[in-house]
Amino acid sequence: MIKVLFFAFLKEAAGRESMEVEMSGETLADLKKKLSQEYRIENLETVMAAVNEEFAPDDTVLEEGDTVAFIPPVSGG
Amino acid sequence: MNYEITRDKIDIQDVIDKVISRNAGAITTFIGTVRELTHGKKTLHLFYESYEAMAVKKLEEIGREISERWPDAKTAITHRIGKLEITDTAVVIAVSTPHRDDAYKANRYAIERIKEIVPIWKKEYWDDGEEWIGNQKETVAYPDGRPEENELND
Repeated sequence: MIKVLFFAFLKEAAGRESMEVEMSGETLADLKKKLSQEYRIENLETVMAAVNEEFAPDDTVLEEGDTVAFIPPVSGG
Repeated sequence: MNYEITRDKIDIQDVIDKVISRNAGAITTFIGTVRELTHGKKTLHLFYESYEAMAVKKLEEIGREISERWPDAKTAITHRIGKLEITDTAVVIAVSTPHRDDAYKANRYAIERIKEIVPIWKKEYWDDGEEWIGNQKETVAYPDGRPEENELND
């Protein structure tokens, strides 16, 4: 199980702040595709992602128990 | 704890006290506050959200970057989240160094990095609506899913 977190406008677009997705051994790109196709969560291409609280590229392989957070362009400060 | 995310009003002196050092000849303090007018549009209030665990890690990372560039610097950063009113303090950065030029430069470095890598988002509320900042305009895109190396290192 992969835990997925949404923030800011993505949280509103997805209508939830977190969800669990059954997958393992696939990549972050696969997860984005799955969320787009099965859950109609769009615009994931334009945001960064973090795996276990560190920025990660699309080809990162996800393992059971990982937490993936989608990070829209930040606007702190 | 030199790097914090808080829901409470920030005590500026508390942040400054964390960087006091006998080796310091200067402490610079940056206080980021909530502005009423942006390009003529009137903000009623703001809401900040964060991915708190990662945000603290990224603030610590900024502190390490500053220590690499300015080895004698001491840094403390506190960012507030939740609902903030006009004039409220959103972020306080304190940096101490032996000489003033480094303290100014390192402090400026910290706020610019916060705006690049720390997962905190601002929502603006106006009379006629609300919007997460840094989103729909899509002026910042990450085709590879993360900031480019040069963005991370500049």
